[in-house]
Order: sequence, then C-alpha cells, then structure tokens
Amino acid sequence: MHGRVKVKTTAQQEEEKRKEREKKLKVYVAARDACFSKRKDGVFDDEALQLTQQLLSANPDFATLWNYRREILTHLETVKDEDEAQKIYEAELSFLESCLKVNPKSYGSWHHRGWVSARLPRPDWARELRLCDRCLSLDDRNFHCWDYRRMVVKMSSVPVKQELEFTDRLIGSNFSNYSSWHYRSTLLPLLHPGSPEPPPSRCDGDPPHSCSPPSPQTHFHRVCEEQLLKEYELVQNAFFTDPNDQSAWFYYRWLLGRAEREEMISCAYVSREQERVAVAFSRPVNAQSGSLLLVLDGQPQRVEWRSVHPHFKHSPVWICDLPPGTISDIANEHNLTVHWTEKHTHRDCALYTGRSESWCRDTATDLELFRSELSVEKTSVLQSELQSVNQLQELEPLNKWCLLTIILLMRALDPLGYEKETLAHFQTLKEVDSMRSAYYSDLCSKFMIENTILKMEYAEVRVFSISDRNLTTLCHLDQLLLVTHINLSSNQLRRLPPQFAMLQCLEVVEADNNSIENLEGVYHLPKLEEVSLKNNKISTLADLQPLASCPKLRRLDLRGNPVTQTANVESELAELLPSVADLLL
Amino acid sequence: MNTFSSWSHDRASSANMATEDLPSDFDIVILGTGLTESVVAAACSRVGQRVLHLDRRSYYAGNWASFTFNGLLTWIQEQNEEPKPEEVRDWSGLTEEGEELIHLSQADSASITNLQVFSYVSEEEEEEEAANTTEEEKAADEEAVKESSETESADSKEDDEEEEGAGEEEEQPAQAEGEEPEVDQPRPSPSSQSEPSRKKISYAQLVKEGRRYNIDLVSKLLFSRGSLVDLLIKSNVSRYAEFKNVTRILTYRHGNIEQVPCSRADVFASRQLSVVEKRKLMRFLTSCVEETEEQTAYHGRPYLEFLQDQQLGDNLQHFLLHSIAMAAEDTPTEEGLASTRHFLRSLGRYGNTPFLFPVYGLGEIPQCFCRMSAVFGGIYCLRHSVHCLIVDRDANRCKAVIDSRGQRISCSHIVMETSYLDRSKVATPSRFLSRAVLITDSSVLPSESDQQISMVTVPPEGGSPAVKMVELSPSSMTCIPGTYLVHLTCRSVGSAHQDLSPLVTRMFRTTESQEEDRRPSVLWSLYFNMADGTASQVEGQPLPSNVHICHGPDSALGHEDAVQQAASIFQSILPEEEFCPPAPNPEDIVYDGDNTSTGEDRGDMGQDDEQNPEQNQNQENRNQNEENQNQENPDPEQNQNQGNPELQSVGPEERPASS
Repeated sequence: MHGRVKVKTTAQQEEEKRKEREKKLKVYVAARDACFSKRKDGVFDDEALQLTQQLLSANPDFATLWNYRREILTHLETVKDEDEAQKIYEAELSFLESCLKVNPKSYGSWHHRGWVSARLPRPDWARELRLCDRCLSLDDRNFHCWDYRRMVVKMSSVPVKQELEFTDRLIGSNFSNYSSWHYRSTLLPLLHPGSPEPPPSRCDGDPPHSCSPPSPQTHFHRVCEEQLLKEYELVQNAFFTDPNDQSAWFYYRWLLGRAEREEMISCAYVSREQERVAVAFSRPVNAQSGSLLLVLDGQPQRVEWRSVHPHFKHSPVWICDLPPGTISDIANEHNLTVHWTEKHTHRDCALYTGRSESWCRDTATDLELFRSELSVEKTSVLQSELQSVNQLQELEPLNKWCLLTIILLMRALDPLGYEKETLAHFQTLKEVDSMRSAYYSDLCSKFMIENTILKMEYAEVRVFSISDRNLTTLCHLDQLLLVTHINLSSNQLRRLPPQFAMLQCLEVVEADNNSIENLEGVYHLPKLEEVSLKNNKISTLADLQPLASCPKLRRLDLRGNPVTQTANVESELAELLPSVADLLL
Repeated sequence: MNTFSSWSHDRASSANMATEDLPSDFDIVILGTGLTESVVAAACSRVGQRVLHLDRRSYYAGNWASFTFNGLLTWIQEQNEEPKPEEVRDWSGLTEEGEELIHLSQADSASITNLQVFSYVSEEEEEEEAANTTEEEKAADEEAVKESSETESADSKEDDEEEEGAGEEEEQPAQAEGEEPEVDQPRPSPSSQSEPSRKKISYAQLVKEGRRYNIDLVSKLLFSRGSLVDLLIKSNVSRYAEFKNVTRILTYRHGNIEQVPCSRADVFASRQLSVVEKRKLMRFLTSCVEETEEQTAYHGRPYLEFLQDQQLGDNLQHFLLHSIAMAAEDTPTEEGLASTRHFLRSLGRYGNTPFLFPVYGLGEIPQCFCRMSAVFGGIYCLRHSVHCLIVDRDANRCKAVIDSRGQRISCSHIVMETSYLDRSKVATPSRFLSRAVLITDSSVLPSESDQQISMVTVPPEGGSPAVKMVELSPSSMTCIPGTYLVHLTCRSVGSAHQDLSPLVTRMFRTTESQEEDRRPSVLWSLYFNMADGTASQVEGQPLPSNVHICHGPDSALGHEDAVQQAASIFQSILPEEEFCPPAPNPEDIVYDGDNTSTGEDRGDMGQDDEQNPEQNQNQENRNQNEENQNQENPDPEQNQNQGNPELQSVGPEERPASS
C-alpha cells in the first residue's frame, strides 16, 4: 500500500549504531593523538584549540586536554589585545555551556569555567549567576554548581540578601535540599549577626580561683534572635511536613547549635611527690610545639612536655616532670604559672607549705561543660522549641529525628532533670533505628558520663562512680584529671582506652562485670594502687602488660577472667608485676 | 480553527475541488469530530483502516470545540437560529433490493439550551474616565442585558418561560448589590489601594482582539496520570500539542478564596495551616495511597464520616473532601478514596498540581487526534454530513451511507455522535451541565505571578450544586493580556443562569460598585446548558450492530469517560488490534522501495511536497507566542523538542492522494 510506514527493525538499528560508534572512535583517537603530539611540540595555535574542543565536547572530563587548552589560552592572551582576548574567552564560555549540557556534573568543565571567568578581561557575572540559577533549577543538588555559584557571588559581591532570597526560593520549591539549607547557614550570620557577646568579666588576682582569660574568639556564626525565631518557624514547617527528611533536621541542629568552646587551660595540677605538673586544656592541643611555658617561682623552667600516652600527638592533657628536688621539700611554698603563649593565656597554681599536691581550675558549671552543645541565649526559646517538637513526637512517636532532637533539647535545658526521659527516648531510638543502636548507645554513654561528672562537681568529691549504666564507651576523661577513685562496674565496656591515662591522680579502679579485654589506657598512672577487673574478658598475659608501667600497683583482682586459666599464671604475673602483693585469681 | 484546512477536504472552501467525489469505499465512516470520535478516528487510521471523518459543522470538535471570541459570537448566533426544516429526499435510486434507510438528523439536536449573554463593557472605545456616573453604567448594563435576552435561544416553550424568569432574577441581584454591601464579602480597609483607574477594556477591543481568545465549550482538565495523558503519550499524539500545568488549586470558603495545599511544597509553604495541621494533612495523604483495613471498614459509609473520624479539623476536612476528592458529603468512602488517590497519583508528575491544561484550549485535543488520523490516511471533510444509513435488512448491518451530496459510500462500520441520530431516536437528555464563561479583568486571587492557571472548587451550599471553576490567565493562550477567562461548570438544577449567576455575583463585580471592592469585574459573560453526554440514550428500534454511538462531554473534570468510550468502540470494531500504538518517529519511517533514505529526503515520493504556507505561518506565529512560556509537554521524552519541527513535515506528505 502506498505511503504505508514500516518501522526499522531493532537489529538494523543496532548495526547502524555499532558502525557509527566505530567511526566515532576512530575520529576521536586520531584527534587525541594529534593533540598530544602538538602539545609535545609546544604548538599553541587555533587548530589545537579546535581539536581539543572537538575532543572535550565528546568527553569533558579529559583533564589533560583542559590543561593544554589553558596553556593555549594563556599563550593567546599574550599575543592578542584585550578585545580579542575577551572574544576568545567569551567563546570559551559558550563552548563550556555546551559541555555542561552534556554533563552538568563534569569536574573539568566547571573548573575550567571558574578559570576562564577569573581571567576574562570584562567578566559578566550577572550572566554567570543566571547560569547557576538555571543549572540549580534543573538539579538543586549539583554541588559543582553550588561551588561555582559561591565563587561568582564572591567575585561579583552579590548582596547577601539576594542570595538568601535565592535559598528561600529553592527551599520553597523543594525543602529536601541540604545544599540550600547549608547555604543559608553561611548567609544568615552575615546578614543578621548576633549581638556581640558582653565582654567576659576580667578578674584580677584572687587565686586559686582564677578567672577565665578574655577570649579572642567571640561567638561568631551566631544569628540575631529575631531572625532565629523566623528560621525556627521555617524549619519547623519543613519537619512537620516531612519528619523523615533529614536536611531540615540537620539545619535545625545548626540553628540550635553552639559556637566552639573557648580555648583555655582548664586545669593545672602539681604533685609534690612525683615532682610532676599536669595541664588540661579545653580542647586537644599539641604542646610539644613549644607553646607551653612553665614558670616556677618566677623562674622559667626547661621541662619536657609529653602527652599522657604515646598514642596521642594531640591531647587535652599534658604532663611534665620538674627537675628532681625543685619542689620536693614539703616545708616550701611554690608558685607555678603555666603560660600558653600561642593563645596568650595562662593559669596560676600555688603549692602551699605542707601540701602534697595542689591544683587550680575553673569551677566548672554544667553550662560551660556540656550544655553549650545547644546554646540559645534564652531558655524560654529552647523550652518552646521542646514543646513543639514534643507535639510532633505525639503525632509521630517513632520518628528518630524527632526523638533525637528532643533528647538534645532536654540536655540543653536540664540534663539531670530530664535524665529519666532521655534514657527512655534512647531506648525507643535503639528500637526504631536498630541499625544505629551502637551509635545511640555511645551517645547515651556520653550523656550519662556528663551527668555523672556534673553530679561529682556538685558534690565536690574526687570519686567518679558510674556503675550499671550500660556504658559502651568512655569519654570526657580529660575532665577526670583529679579523680582518685573510679567505679565503672557492671557496664558494657570492652576496653580502657588510651585516654584513660589522663586520670593522673587515680588510685583505685573498679571495673568489674564488663567485657574488658584491653587495658591500653592503664599506662603510667603514678598513683594507681588497686585494680579490680572481676568477670571481664582478659585472656592473655600480654593484655596485662600495660599494668607493669604503674609503679604503685599492689592489688589486682582478675577473678572470672579467661587469663586465670593460663598455665603458670601466678608465677608469670609475679614476674610481670613485681609490685603486686595482693593478687586475686 | 483553520489549522487543518490544509489537509482536510473542506470542499466548500476549495472551489476547484467542489465537483470531486469522495472515494466510494471506506472501512469506517465517522460522523462528528468530538473527542471520542476523533480518538476512534486516530486509532482506526493508525492500524491501517480507511477512515472517512465528517462533521456537518464548519469547525472541529463539536461540543468539545474552542472558539475565538468572534467565533463564539457566531456560534451563539447559530444556536439561536431556527433549525431549517429537514428536506426529505428520495434516495431510493441509490438503494438496492433488501436495503433499508435510516435517516439521520441534519441539524444539531437540543444539546445546548438556555443560552444567555451579558455584556458589562461599553460598546465604544472609552475615554479615560475613571469614575463614571453609575447611572450611565447601569443604563448601559441594562441595555446590554436587554439586548442579550433578545439573542436568547427559543428552544422550547418551557425554556421560554424559564428564561423570562431568569432575566428578571438577573437584574434583581445586580440592584441589590449596588445598594447594600453583601455581608459575607470581606471588606478591605479603605487604605488598601485599588488602582484608581483600572484600565477598561471595551467591547470593541474584545472583538478586535477576539482572535486571541480560545474559549472552550466544555471546561475540563487533564489529570497528569489520567487516561488521556497516557493515551497522548502512548500514541505520540502529544507531539501536536503543548500543555501547561495548572499552577494552583483554590477553594471558595466562607466567602473567601483560599489556596489548597496539596503538594509537599504547598504544605510546607502554606501560611494558613498550623504545623500540626501540616503533619496531619501529610500523614493523611501518604496513608491513603494504600488501602488499609481501617479504610475498608468505612466502605459504604460516607467519605465525610471517614474524614471526620480522622480528627483532621475543619480546614483539612474541607480541603480533602471538596478540593482533593471533589466529592459530595454523601459520596461513599471507597469512591472518595479512589478519587483522592487519582488526584495524588497525578500530583507531582509535571508540577505542584495534578492537572494539565492544553495551551490554546481544550479544542486542540480532538484536533490533534484528527491530525494523527490524517497522517495515517484518514480523509476529512467539514460541512459535510450523511443523509442516511443504508442497512442490509437481513443481516441488520449498515453497509453504506449516502452523504450530504448524494453519494453512496460503502463502509463496514459507522461511528457517530448522538446528535447525528434523528431526534425521534434519542431520548430527551435527563441531565444537563450548567456552564458559564466569564471574561474578567483580574484574578480571583491575585498573586505575585499573573500567569496563574487556577482550579477553584466551590463546595455545594444551601441546595446549590458544587461548582468547578477554572480560571485561565493569558499564559494559557486563551485570552488577551489584561483579562482572564473563567469557566464555571456544575450539574444543572435549573438553567445555567439560575445555577451559576448567584455565585458569579458573589465572587465577581457585575456592576460598578464601591472603589474598595477588589473583586474582579466581569466584562462579558455567557451562560448555557449542555446535555450531559452520559445521560443521553438511544430510543426505539435498536441500531444495527455496526453503528456505534458516541455521547457528548460528561460532567466529570477529567477526560476518562471519552477515552474509555473511544477505546471500547475501537475494541468492538477491531477486537484484534492494539489501541493507538505509538506512532513511529518520522526519522524511523522507511518508504516502500526506498531503503536508503531515512525520511529526510522524501521528495522522490512523487507527492505534493509543498508545505501549506498558511499552516506554516500559523505554526510560526504560535511558536513565537510560545517563546519564553514555560510549557509542559506530557511526554517527558518529548520535552527537548518543543516547537517540534516534525510537525510541519509530517502532515502534507502523508496526505493521501486527493483522487
């Protein structure tokens, strides 16, 4: 019949395609070889530009070719006048556009575009911004484009407000877009900076209760409260609409979040007997770089600082030994100052007559220690946030993001008061999100340890007891520098980690009924006398090796450990730990 | 409307062809170019059937048509004309032994009734006179009303009476409004600026720019995952049309227009919902996608009851019942849930609402299918009909027709729209739709963008039926800038005017009223009733089994009924064939005896390769208009080739030899 249509068979099409591909490959390989040889010969001409263009439009991720192209362009720039260069670079930009159409996530193309834009004699940033708008409207998570946009915005000083409105638009069309939320978090502090902190009150003298030195780091990344409240509303709309979308929750965490803790020496400790000084910092530092200076009775001392365990290059706790005899006479009084030259801060500590040890530290409050995890200026704000998240939790009792946020808010408000609820929520979390139950256990352990530290601080004792709390990990051990007795019994610990060596004053360890198989952290503890490890999983004598570094150890309880079944265990131990007089197997 | 004159055998318009006869043998003769008939035509041509597709009207699409403003005025006039007496001619010379005749109707039956037109714009191009004296305006109004009632149709005596009553009623609310402000109308504070001199559009302007209007007789939308969109994509007919997403769903509640949050982004952005409502709404929408035991327990009980028991609150309940399920208070739960699911499935496919609207109006869709039919050899004649069917008495099958020019054309199947049947064979329709078409000067809910296409649901209130309203902005290419085209549809209780004008006077300004009244003004309006296609029934002697009847538009919002009807007619004609398989891309077409060309050089076909200049012109104009418009194309794969160049090249070459 006339004009009747037939559709090509697929085999026919296949064969045609195959031939096409073969032909293409031949052309491609030939052009590539031509490019390489030209580059070798140092030829920077228009033909090379054309060849690379041909290849790159087929394969925009051929980095060598982009490099060659940049060489050619820089060469051309030297021989042409500005108008011609402008033209060449503009042509380059439109070529790049075609490359991006083929592969909008090509590293090579975006990088080259950034390079060209920066070299363009008369750049048209508005056009570049429109390009970003367009690309992000097609794929709002194209991080290459987000990067390029930041560059364009920076180069052309786009008003922050305009960019914030841009994120408004993107979030409005689809709020499951962490890139936009994140961008907001960088813009808001610029547009609505929080009021500067009241200058920290300076106190002069008054040792041993020293003051916190003025902080060079104010709380930047903060946003003024009025804007914060608007942001809470916005992000709440998102997580009420879809509580399973994590981007909104992450942004919410940031909104509630805190600035970094002030950098300072949080504690200085001196022991007359050991002739040793220990210093704790608010964050891990490397004190070997010579930034710590010890002054004893007005005389700078040449001492060697070392971290508590060879494992650490950076550590929050550092120790040094004073030259023998410097402070050993109990009848003398000594004044010590540790200077942290890098941060222009110091801490004084006086060792009075008749005292065998002394320390100086901040009277740590819960706020300073842990609460700053979420630090909104006003408790009332946190309280109302907790209320609305609780409201969501009523509707979505099994939503993990919601539960986790409630826990964090409760901790920010009153960690001890909400302890019971927190534990219950952790239990639910482990059930609804069993894949992450280990993470929740660790987080819960952290919070329990924090609570215990707070209680200890309030009681002003040097005993740290946290038994039967399902601990799976130990943390904040730098806060326990002064602790003499620690009770970790009946938890789920598997090791005493290297950080354990920060407990420089420790005399007694109770860690019965755990699953400990590693004692790495019981290392050079100068005052340690008793270790009880009943019913753990220590299986070889080698596991006990670290104990040998503790000179005063005299009592060791190993009952209920596999190691007790080893042949000749008693004699082997006597050899390994000669100081131990009281060995229970 | 003349897009297709290039390939349709519109004999009256091409004088040199006037004497030519049609081929005398076809597989299928189709009468009427409404959506159902057109889909059947495309489906049959596509699988190689020889199709003759006729329409006695001078335009395509019958009651599915879209008109320019002037075209609509002509249509109104036509509706009002007395039907010509049917000429009875003796066709016995064309019949053979054992054949019987079934005479067909030569005029439209009473599918359109109660036509009323009101104009609220001045006849003349007006000088810049901001605050006119109201008396003058009123006089003009009354004149317009009077004039229009003269043009009203006189379909039957009953209708006459009704119309008189209607006419009185129309004036009454208009006066009442002028004197006392309506209670439930929100009063904006006087400080809020209403443009002191809203630029007035005159009647002359409407007529002058009337070509840019595309006014649909039926008002429907395409569900993004409805059967029509599926069919458009599957058959490749989508390449002939372009679509826009309906941009927002609105509802009329407590005298206010509110936006209905239905997509995730809407819910997120909504300012009227509390966060708890947001969660409840999202949870409900997510949960009702899948059938649960809880839902099953409500089967047979009203959907409203089910919603009430979900503790959603008044706001959400209203949105879910009236705007999303578009259900009545007594709709059973299973039905309510089914339409909710239909809505939700369509949501997000092309945008934040579940609906598409064809650019240039709904009348495009039947034409697109006609085009596909023509591409595959269908022959088209407008202003051409069939006088009677010739039936083989023994087999009780129709074997031929006699066309309006007295030619006997044999065929094996007849497909026709109800109105082609003799009136005596069709029962008076039991249900009607009430329609109103308004040209207004602003949106019912002005927003930042003036390119909104809005679907507005008005819940039933005090005995008046639920109204579906579609407001089209100029971006839909159906009205001129500065105006909006508003379609209202409901199931008839009384006449269209009785059913819809109370709502119109509540939502719009129909007279000059206080300055602070910020409701949109109606510039021009048309009311009419259209028979509900699903209510038409064939009476008397059963028709031969190879005569297939298509009914006109139904009252539903989507196009499910027409597509389903076309598919089932196609199935009964050609049970073995696939319904609208994908048409091949032009580049994949190989012509007989031509193994090398890939469709690019088809000059050797010996066919008239010249493209019709008018058609090209038309296409170009449109492409220009469409530039910078963000258009949707229902076929995702087609999205790149907007302004599809293949459009022009396919038609003329595929045109069958004219003799």
